[in-house]
Amino acid sequence: MAHKQLTEEYYKLLHEIQAVDFVLVELNLYLDTHPSDSAIIEQYNAYAVKSKQLKEEYARRYGPLQHGDMADKPYSWPDAPWPWQV
Amino acid sequence: MWIYEKKLQYPVRVSKCDVRMAKLLHEQYGGADGELAAALRYLNQRYSIPDKVVGLLNDIGTEEFAHLEMIATMIYKLTKDATPEQIRAAGVDDHYVNHDRALFYHNASGVPWTASYIQAKGDPIADLYEDIAAEEKARATYQWLIDQTDDPDLKDGLKFLREREVIHSLRFREAVEILKEDQAQKKIF
Repeated sequence: MAHKQLTEEYYKLLHEIQAVDFVLVELNLYLDTHPSDSAIIEQYNAYAVKSKQLKEEYARRYGPLQHGDMADKPYSWPDAPWPWQV
Repeated sequence: MWIYEKKLQYPVRVSKCDVRMAKLLHEQYGGADGELAAALRYLNQRYSIPDKVVGLLNDIGTEEFAHLEMIATMIYKLTKDATPEQIRAAGVDDHYVNHDRALFYHNASGVPWTASYIQAKGDPIADLYEDIAAEEKARATYQWLIDQTDDPDLKDGLKFLREREVIHSLRFREAVEILKEDQAQKKIF
């Protein structure tokens, strides 16, 4: 994996992950108070699959987003940029 | 436990260096109705709240840490290129002689964060009403912050955070109704 370049593609993928994960955050809070809404649970699961796919792609191209993602060599987790730097 | 994700919840951009706005944003960093207070309030209350609403307190409390990181990012980006002259002009030289460009958990006036900003009463309705009030106060603070800036990028991040307060308040109101229904059912027999 090349060093993380803050290219247009990088931001595009990051923003896509942020958008999909936001849906998960929002549906999760809704389901906390509406646990029997099965249509929303299905929507949640569809976005969970999408999120997993996007994060695998991110880890492959730019290194892990979180522990448990596949690691690269050399180990890039401690490398900048951190979220407040992008 | 928690696992850190190396991303912000929502993109934070600023279009210029603005030390004055960084000073004001500390209200949501280490202020009474800020994100640190919110996260610590909910994550502490969850141990004594009825099971039916633990998940909500757990998840909103966790999201508040993501918001704290967004506020920190705003402050970091607004000040990283500031000159000593800009710092003096913005009237935050008192912060900088103590912390330089480091962030600190104090409010916009420099008053340090204190646990007396939050409460855990052990009474679920009392705790949830406090939580609803906290969200409404944070929403109002975001509005006053939005009114203080003409930076469209900064406004975008602040508007996202303002909307989250609206949603959290709504969910806490639902939690109150869930507990009230539960209590009413228990009295039937």
